[in-house]
Amino acid sequence: MNQVRYSRSIDWVTLLLYILMVGLGLLNVYAASYSPEMPFSKVFSSDWSGLMAFNWFKQLVWIGAAVVLIVILIVIDYKAYDTFAYVLYGGMIALLLVTLVIARPIAGSRSWLELGPVRLQPAEFAKFTTALAVSRFMAGINLRQQNFRQQMVLVGLTLLPPALIIASNETGQALVFGAFLLAYFREGMSPLILLILAAGAVVLILSLLVPKLWLVGVFTVILALVFVFNSRILRHHLPLALSTYAVVVGMVFGVDFFYNNVLQPHQRKRIEVLINPSADPLGFGWNVTQSKIAIGSGGLLGKGFLEGTQTRFDFVPEQSTDFIFCTVGEEWGWFGTMITVVLFMTLLARIIYVAERQKSVFGRTYGYCVASIIFFHFCVNIGMTIGLAPVVGIPLPFFSYGGSSLWSFTILLFILLGIDAYRKQDLVR
Amino acid sequence: MQYLEGRKFVVQGIFLAVALVFAVRLFHIQVLDGSYKLAADKNTLQRIVQTPYRGMIYDRNGQLLVHNIPVYDLLVIPREVKNLDSARFCQILQMPIEELREGLKAAKTYSRSKASPLVQNLSTPELAAIQDNLVDFPGFSIKARMARAYRTDNMAHALGYVGPISPMMLEKPKYAKYVAGDFLGISGLESFYEKELMGRRGVQYRMVNVRGVEKGAFRDGEFDTLSVAGQDLHLSIDAELQKYGEFLMQGKRGSIVAIDPKTGEILAFVSAPAFEPTRLTGKGLGNRYMELLRDESRPLFNRPLAATYPPGSVFKLVNEAIALQEGVVTPETGFPCNQRLVRCTHRHEYPANSTIAIKNSCNPYFYQVMFATVRRNRSPNKFKDAALGLAEWRKHVTSFGLAQHLGVDIPGERMGLIPSPNFYDKRYGQNRWGYKTVYSLSIGQGEIGITPLQMANLMAIFANRGWYYAPHFVRRIGNGGPLPQFAQKHYTTVAAQHFESIIPGMLAVVNQRGGTGINANLSDAGIWVAGKTGTVQNPHGDDHATFAAFAPAEDPKIAISVFIENAGFGGSSAAPLAGLMIEKYLRGKIAPWRNRWEQWLPGPAHRFVVHH
Repeated sequence: MNQVRYSRSIDWVTLLLYILMVGLGLLNVYAASYSPEMPFSKVFSSDWSGLMAFNWFKQLVWIGAAVVLIVILIVIDYKAYDTFAYVLYGGMIALLLVTLVIARPIAGSRSWLELGPVRLQPAEFAKFTTALAVSRFMAGINLRQQNFRQQMVLVGLTLLPPALIIASNETGQALVFGAFLLAYFREGMSPLILLILAAGAVVLILSLLVPKLWLVGVFTVILALVFVFNSRILRHHLPLALSTYAVVVGMVFGVDFFYNNVLQPHQRKRIEVLINPSADPLGFGWNVTQSKIAIGSGGLLGKGFLEGTQTRFDFVPEQSTDFIFCTVGEEWGWFGTMITVVLFMTLLARIIYVAERQKSVFGRTYGYCVASIIFFHFCVNIGMTIGLAPVVGIPLPFFSYGGSSLWSFTILLFILLGIDAYRKQDLVR
Repeated sequence: MQYLEGRKFVVQGIFLAVALVFAVRLFHIQVLDGSYKLAADKNTLQRIVQTPYRGMIYDRNGQLLVHNIPVYDLLVIPREVKNLDSARFCQILQMPIEELREGLKAAKTYSRSKASPLVQNLSTPELAAIQDNLVDFPGFSIKARMARAYRTDNMAHALGYVGPISPMMLEKPKYAKYVAGDFLGISGLESFYEKELMGRRGVQYRMVNVRGVEKGAFRDGEFDTLSVAGQDLHLSIDAELQKYGEFLMQGKRGSIVAIDPKTGEILAFVSAPAFEPTRLTGKGLGNRYMELLRDESRPLFNRPLAATYPPGSVFKLVNEAIALQEGVVTPETGFPCNQRLVRCTHRHEYPANSTIAIKNSCNPYFYQVMFATVRRNRSPNKFKDAALGLAEWRKHVTSFGLAQHLGVDIPGERMGLIPSPNFYDKRYGQNRWGYKTVYSLSIGQGEIGITPLQMANLMAIFANRGWYYAPHFVRRIGNGGPLPQFAQKHYTTVAAQHFESIIPGMLAVVNQRGGTGINANLSDAGIWVAGKTGTVQNPHGDDHATFAAFAPAEDPKIAISVFIENAGFGGSSAAPLAGLMIEKYLRGKIAPWRNRWEQWLPGPAHRFVVHH
């Protein structure tokens, strides 16, 4: 194969979007950790170890490493991903188990592996390995055919990593695996599952907002009204109507049980402050309140680069990692946040486009997995900074500071580009 | 499988729906809702207010009366409090533990990271005790601030006091520049000249981080302002005279007001019973205030301004002046002392002219003087005639500064009452009252009320032969003059020569054998006092004694009014007291033969009452 063909076949649009997002991310990480007492000139006069004290410099190092990663990922023959999907998956499960055993707890979670000076979070890498494994599995089955055993294997493949991650007390990262449902949906999963989940979410929110007996009452009234005004429907579909009613009522109480008995107190608190941030403004509500203040004070055009007072003066916690979007919002205003949202939308659309042009089920499923994972992070991360989602500690892809997160998203994305790059060569060969 | 490709639109749709929700939500909190910007400023901007030195207050001779001293507050920053040994803390400060708990709770409610006062005005032993132990109590600190201190025990009523601003005041736009915990003038001069005394506060905006650590000036100090010290007030009060007046009024209720008639400057302003101005400063101010408020003798009542009494016989002078101006009598007019018109209190010679009538304070004479003013036969109906006459009379009276605010420079002044025809119409009905109904006005009794300040001003008018400056306390603000309104001359509607012809009568009151005010006589010291006694009928008890005068008659330097409640006839207590005040001011000392007055006058009023 020759280099010219090869370089042409890389999806330049995705690469460009990637560079833009990582670049903007670095800019905001720099702003979030900027201190007027430590100006640029002073930084450069200090030695290397001094530089390593700065998040933006470490991020720069990780970006450099990511470039190497990208080259490797694209050079690797795409068939290797297909072939080694299960091996990688197995290795990752082993790694998660090892982590669970040997990791020292950091901020209550046993999910970090320490390799000398570098800390890695294996959970971040569980995303692409699981995506590869389920794509590989998907290529061999047909979801439309109701083969229960195969479906159970798929469920098992999907749920094993998050189970281990939850065991290491990193619930946020585990929730990400729920995003695979979108990919399965594209491959033929019944839309009913999505609908039921969406209904469940609505009921969850409603049952937290209104007393559950009210809710049950309202559903009963709706059922009664339908019966009165269109008794024919009920007569013909009575079992369906009653079972739907039973499911909904069951959900109301189920959610209540889930909320009070399954969720841990700090998780309950996070949902509580989502509904009412002023309930505990100095405790659990602090993050949400302060992050909304930072973003909200940005206005239309923002306060300007390095001018954000809320982020620079440490009012927003985790400001360069999970709450990096606050810096964007405060310093660049609605203009900046909209650019970020549009960049994500463009990237997601492009990934879907790339996925759809794959000839293999493996490639397409993997593409959808990538889109779904990035979308989930985008959704929850930005949602939590503006008070629309509970505070779940997951990073904003490409923007947030952190090597594990940057590499895991880089790998996730560039495996897809690698697969895509060889798509045409498949024809040539 | 082909139909499944359509599902990519569903997936894309989900993505776009979320993006749309984010876009709207972000637009709302970033662009539409301004409250986040305010919250951000509240987070990071610390407003440091520099309270300037409050202006000091001096008397007319440059004696310092009111100044500032540092007092110490104990502050607490709740989040920095660690392992507090409350038992020891309370033992050091001698405070009950509940008080500490309450204080800490209140401080926490205000702010966890900002300092709030826990104990204000630490006493010296408290300060010493806590200062040595402060290292053991992280989160607590001591801050000095300036408070009022007094170099005088007198004139609390004129000075007023300074206190913390109340939450109710804070809500009013007038006090927009104040914040909770600020001190301001609550009454008296401190309140009236608040703006001048306070100066201008300096404000600095500092940026702080989440731990309250300063991170530099906000926009390089673009919005910072420097503080400007308050202006000093130079009073016209003579501190010595004031002290002497309060000494003489001991044990009594009443007031003394002395004015320099040439300028309207108030020389002494005594309200009795009095209290020391220090009682309304420092720790326990609220309790002591309540104590004074509950006191039956009403020490907080600012009598010279707010007590209105019928002026009694002193008012005869005003009636005489008006009658002369109207041309209905001459100084040589005589009226018989006709006891059927009104009782005359003392036996005296025939009032052949106004001087004799004034000297003896002849009631029937002045009944007839006012009758001449009021009943002019301008209407055949005697009721209508009286109403017309009274209206005209009232116009003249009000030009003497009565029934109106004189505009003195402390708050709380009352107008008093000079009845109009309308007043009697309401009470008795139109055309249902005549001169016989209102005749008591002719001798200064009945439906008439004037304040001691107005009475003193009345004497200033007679001293000046027909004009006055509004009485005031402050002759200089900082390096400037008094307020402009105090440089404006007010003229009465009575011509100067009429005053001139009344003054011999006033001189006779004090300086002639048999004059009612002979006890104010200072002729032995070469001072010719012109005055008039008065006895104010009091339905609630013994009559009030009053005496009003000015001196020296040929070149007046002081005009004075004295009211002593329940002291009976004005000549026996109020007149000698006024005499002493005049002598003290004009000579700076009291002739030895009048020392007996000094010893006799201070004390309860009932000793002066002679029951017949």
